[in-house]
Amino acid sequence: MDPILNSGDTAWMLISTALVILMTIPGVALFYGGLIRRENVLNTMFLSFVTFAIVSVLWFVYGYDLAFGTDIWGILGSLTNPFFGGVLETKTLSTYASTIPTGLYAIFQMTFAAITVALISGAVVERMKFSAWLAFVPVWFTLVYVPVAHWMWGGGWLAKLGALDFAGGIVVHLTSGIAALALVLLLGVRKDAKLLPHHLGYSIMGAGLLWFGWFGFNAGSAGSAGNLAVSAMIVTNVSAAVGMLAWMLMDKIKTGKPTMLGALSGAIAGLASITPAAGYVNITAAIIIGFVASILAYTAVSWLKPRLGYDDALDVFGIHGVCGITGAIAIGIFASPLINSATTGGILFGNFHLIGVQLLAIIVVGIYAFIMTFVIAKIIDKIIGLRVDEKHEIQGLDINQHEESGYRLS
Amino acid sequence: MKKIIAIIRPDKFEMVKNALEEIGCHGMTVKDVKGRGRQLGITENYRGRDYRIDLLPKTELEIVTNEANVENIIQTIVKTAKTGDIGDGKIFISPVEDVVRIRTGERGENAI
Repeated sequence: MDPILNSGDTAWMLISTALVILMTIPGVALFYGGLIRRENVLNTMFLSFVTFAIVSVLWFVYGYDLAFGTDIWGILGSLTNPFFGGVLETKTLSTYASTIPTGLYAIFQMTFAAITVALISGAVVERMKFSAWLAFVPVWFTLVYVPVAHWMWGGGWLAKLGALDFAGGIVVHLTSGIAALALVLLLGVRKDAKLLPHHLGYSIMGAGLLWFGWFGFNAGSAGSAGNLAVSAMIVTNVSAAVGMLAWMLMDKIKTGKPTMLGALSGAIAGLASITPAAGYVNITAAIIIGFVASILAYTAVSWLKPRLGYDDALDVFGIHGVCGITGAIAIGIFASPLINSATTGGILFGNFHLIGVQLLAIIVVGIYAFIMTFVIAKIIDKIIGLRVDEKHEIQGLDINQHEESGYRLS
Repeated sequence: MKKIIAIIRPDKFEMVKNALEEIGCHGMTVKDVKGRGRQLGITENYRGRDYRIDLLPKTELEIVTNEANVENIIQTIVKTAKTGDIGDGKIFISPVEDVVRIRTGERGENAI
């Protein structure tokens, strides 16, 4: 039977796309914007906004084709429709989701690319030149995001090996987390390397929008409005809730009092970790994934980071990187063919092959993202410099990079 | 004439303001300020790490009054703003040479 456009699926995917857009602007922008010094609030939010704009253009110029176009040796897609030429005119249906238009699938995937790059900005805030960031975004998007998206989702070599990543634990959270780590190792520590949020209210609103938008991110990754989307939505919510409660528990044990930022961080940890597994696991697995990921993320940001001394300002590696890895491994354990017939299941179903390819994907993508990010950032550092002047860093980037102030008394 | 500067807890401001009103002290200038005393601030915890906050938010009241009212105002502020815990604040009293009411040009105590 020929594929036919399904208006229910199309409606759901249009909504999912809009939900994921809401995650970056304003979700990430607000979440990050509240966590930094008041003198950097505009710069921090601007990083998310401008990233979204750059990726929005490049995705349709060549990004979608290279990520999702016809596979070339498992490495990259082919550039058959630059500028998305002819795709909208011919009104084709997507080969990845056969009941929705190709254009809709493409813009849905565009939002993933945009938020992945925007997430990295949280690590480098308060000290990176805006011009260096403008140079970093298109290059990193092209050399890291696009190929990795092809390997995992566009029929590339990892997909052929059977590696699974439902909504982006490896493509989104691992790549952004590892890239964040590579970037901050080059950038160095801030003059005032503290996490003292100037406006936690922004972060609460941002985290709320992220949680809300994540339903589009994960349930939308079903590609249609059916049982799989429902299942993904439920496990996403459960994992977020458990992640939040687990971080509060850690706060209570360690300091005696639960903190709001901790609760938000735990929720993000639960969301990020369930993302790769959302379409393959049941609620019991989601509870375990959210709980374990939150504890690991807590340990990474409160114990590992101060001991290793790198300045991942808003804990992009500690939360997204660690949770992306956790979720991607969890697939190899908990994946269930009863949830998704696309998999024969993980260890719990007697299959050990899946955990092997998941680990391979994590290691290869992690190393690739780290090396490529390091090289890209090193070259940008040589050409235009990565870091602002010390006096500008102390004064704040809003004035020095944009000649604007976030707050004015009169 | 004296100027009284009282640094108090922000959450005590409404009570102090009402108590001063009851003793007939209406005029005041109020600012949100930050500061610290001997205890050197407090500790806050973000994502499992402790940070010492050196400067705490306080409210500053500035009152210029006749000599005769000074003691009554001070006692009212002390009684109302006191919790007994560290961080209740301080009161500073200094002489004022002259006062000018801009609207009428009056000078001295008549202008207060």
